[in-house]
Parts: sequence; structure tokens; C-alpha cells
Amino acid sequence: METLNVLVVDDEFGIRSGVSRILRNFSISYPFMDEDIEFNVIEAATGEEALEAIKKNPPAVVLLDNKLPGIQGIEVLEYINNNSLDILVVMITSYASLELAVKATNIGAYDFVPKPFTPQELKSSMENVAKHYFLRRMTRKLHKEGKQVRFQFLTVLSHEMKAPLNSIEGYLKIMQEKQAGEKIDDYEKMIDRSLARIKAMRTLIMDLLDLTRIESGKKKRELREIDLSLVIKSAIETMMPMAIQRDVTFEFNNIVPANFMADSEEMEIVFNNLVSNAVKYNTDGGKVVCSVEKNSSEIIIVISDTGVGIATEDLPKLFHEFSRIKNPCTKDIAGSGLGLSIVKRIINMYMGQIDVKSTPGVGSSFTITLPVLPTVNQITGL
Amino acid sequence: MKNQRTILLVDDDMDYLFQQKLHLERFGYKVITAEGQKEAEELMNTIKPDLAIFDLMMERDDSGFILCYKMKRKYPDVPIILSTAVSAETDMSFGITTEDERKWIKADLYLEKGVLPERLQKEIAQLLKK
Repeated sequence: METLNVLVVDDEFGIRSGVSRILRNFSISYPFMDEDIEFNVIEAATGEEALEAIKKNPPAVVLLDNKLPGIQGIEVLEYINNNSLDILVVMITSYASLELAVKATNIGAYDFVPKPFTPQELKSSMENVAKHYFLRRMTRKLHKEGKQVRFQFLTVLSHEMKAPLNSIEGYLKIMQEKQAGEKIDDYEKMIDRSLARIKAMRTLIMDLLDLTRIESGKKKRELREIDLSLVIKSAIETMMPMAIQRDVTFEFNNIVPANFMADSEEMEIVFNNLVSNAVKYNTDGGKVVCSVEKNSSEIIIVISDTGVGIATEDLPKLFHEFSRIKNPCTKDIAGSGLGLSIVKRIINMYMGQIDVKSTPGVGSSFTITLPVLPTVNQITGL
Repeated sequence: MKNQRTILLVDDDMDYLFQQKLHLERFGYKVITAEGQKEAEELMNTIKPDLAIFDLMMERDDSGFILCYKMKRKYPDVPIILSTAVSAETDMSFGITTEDERKWIKADLYLEKGVLPERLQKEIAQLLKK
């Protein structure tokens, strides 16, 4: 059990004891934390008392009222900032001083809770603060170990992982309470949907593993000469069952052997992703056209589909993590939102380039250009 | 059913939509659903619901806010619940308890996703009574 010290600074006894009471039996758990978080409340009735308490033992969080008998809350905030203390400040303030709260946020307060607040409001603010505190601490630790972690990525990831769990849980509860009938058949659709969400979650986890493997650099990359046209053909074979189901056909347009120094697993990830997208985002009865060309300096691979296409305004975010394009055409297509960002990362590692052209309703065309014969040293950065 | 109230429910997670619809129908409401901002806007042109429940992040990160705004402009008297998992998962924290926030977030109630159906029922009943 982790305990966070919370210093509550308010001249009203009622607020101080209220906060103590609300937080006494409150704990938070996060999937990425081994332990639950509890709060230990320290009280201060004036700004002077607060400064003394901070000097003696800096708390993790300060809940700070501005209107105090002696020095004002904002001065306490300034003291914390000027001394670069690792403390998150939450202003507790009445509506009338919202302007002040905004000012406080500008000069470094993390959040503000309007007074009077309900226990729930305080709790949800503390939840955010605690999460931020631990994420920050975790980031610092990881930075020290020479690793990087991206906030945004983690928070979006937790959303992407929780959504399918919530939906499966929702279905199970409906079944548990037999809300749709007595027979198992009454729940067929819900069971199918639950399985679909589980499948999507598994894809996400697999993609995530690919991404971490690429990012961590831990796995030894095995560079050897491989024929990319064979990698593409094998990706097509993998997608064949789905293509047959949807009556999507493959066409080769000028495909030549293209030997390239690369890690075969990485190239498989690239072309499995692109070929599977070309099938998934296609229309029934559509076509996927592949071409592989090679000249003295580069290999050019084009994978085109006759699918739903991508709107011009969506193109810039296409290769971003978790930026699945949401529209009625794509809503039934499963995807983790990681595939193309992984593809781009890999292509970049080989100093290549990936471009996309697309017309909504007509199709998309992805072009990969890879420089031929970079030396092993160039690739590994030695 | 006489006096049956209509709820417009908008969310881009088709499973969440299905489940909420089931719960709300169980509570006796008529439910119209939309899977996104655009679809919801089209529905709003022809239907005036008694209450609306919007997810926040759909096609755009602020789709829910935009729907709130458009709904209130068209039907100022229709109560709106903004329902999202956003504040628990990101560092964003907002509410609609202050005057200032009410000015730009045109919702009547902000509910975290995952509240019990019974709680939702209670909140809806309260908003419809007003």
C-alpha cells in the first residue's frame, strides 16, 4: 500500500476535517500500479503553518485555499514553485474566485476544486492528481534508467484496453441478470460481440508487442538478404482466407525479385499490415494490386486497394498511434490503431519512406521506397 | 405506451450503445441511437428527444461538446447528459459545476462512463422532472 501525504490548507475547520474524513477511507488502484494508493491528511489552518509543514516534510499534494488569514494561498504556491518542490497543488476555491484559480493554474497549480465540493468531486480530483503524481514519478524513474515513456501513449493505451473489457463486462452482466431472456440463444449476438472484442484486444496486444520490440531495441535484429517480393507473397497467402470470404482478388503488376538487407520479422510486420489493411478496408468484390520494382538505387513497392479510401483531412494523422479514422465505412472494421504507426517506424529504420495517395470511395495506394544496399553499419547505426 | 419519453443516445462504441439502449428500454424509455456526431446531428433535425446522452470523444475529440452546443441551440429545454470515460483516463479534469464551465460546456450533467444503470436511471428521472 502506497501512502500519499496530502496537506490541506484552509482556515475553515469544517473543510479541513471534511477532507480528512473523505480521504481517510479512500483508496485508488490502477492497473499499472502494484499497490493501492491511500492518503494521509495533514492539516494547516494558515499559510504560515503550511510553509512550516512543507519545509519539515514536503507532502505529495497540497490542497490549498487562497483566502487565508495571514499570507495568501497563492504565496504558498509561489514558494513551492520557486523551490522546485515535487508537490502537486490543487486550489480549493469558491466560484467567485474562479479567475484566481485560473491564474493559479497558470503559475503552476495542477488543478482546482470549486468550493463547496461534494465528496465525489474531491475524490475524482484526488484520483487524477494521484495518477499524475505516480505517472510523473514513474517517468522520472524510467528516464533515469535511460528509457522513455510517453504519457499520452499510456493514457490512450489504457483507454483502448479498457473499452473492450467494459463492453464484455457489460454483456456478461446482462447475461448474469438474464435481462434478455431465459435461453442461451437470446444472447447469441452478445456472445458474438464479446468474442469479437476479445479478438480485437488480442490484436492490440500483439501489435503492442511488435511495437515494444522495435522500440526497446532489445531484440537482436538479424539482418540478412531477403527477397521482399516473397515476403509480400507470403503476406497475401496469410490474408487469403479473409480475401476469399470478401471476394477480394489480388493482382500482381510488375513484380520482380527484390533482395534487400533486412530483418525478416520486421519486413513481415510491414507487409502483413499493409496487405491486411488493403483487404480489410476494401469493398466486397474489390481488388488489391501489388507491384515491386527495383532499380540501382531503390526498391519501390506499391500496394493499392479499391476500398473505402481516406479523406484528405484524415491523411496527416494516418500514421499516428491510435488514430483510427472513424467514419461509417470503417466502424465495423477491427483494428488496433497501431498498425500503420508500426509500419512507418520500421520503414524509417531502413531510411525508407512511406507515402499514401487516396480518394474516398475509390481506394488507397501505399508506396514504400527503400534505398538499396545501405551498409549494415548504416542500419545498425554503428 | 402513453407518455413514453424518448432518449437520444449517441456513442461510437456499438457495444456500449447496444447495452445502454437495452438498459434504458428496460426502464421504459424509447431510445433512438446514433453512432457518431454526424448521424446525431442529422437525427436532431427531425427529432426532438426528451433527453439526450452524448459520448464525448467520437469522430473528433470534442464531438460531445459540439453536440451539446448544437442541441441547446436548437432545443434549449432538452436536458443533456455528457457521458465519458475521459477524465478518469487522461489528466483532463473538468466538471460542469461552476458558472464558467457551464458557459462553454452546454450539458446539464456530466457522468463517468460505467456508472450503474440504476444510477443513470435516477439521474435521468431527475432531469426529466425539471
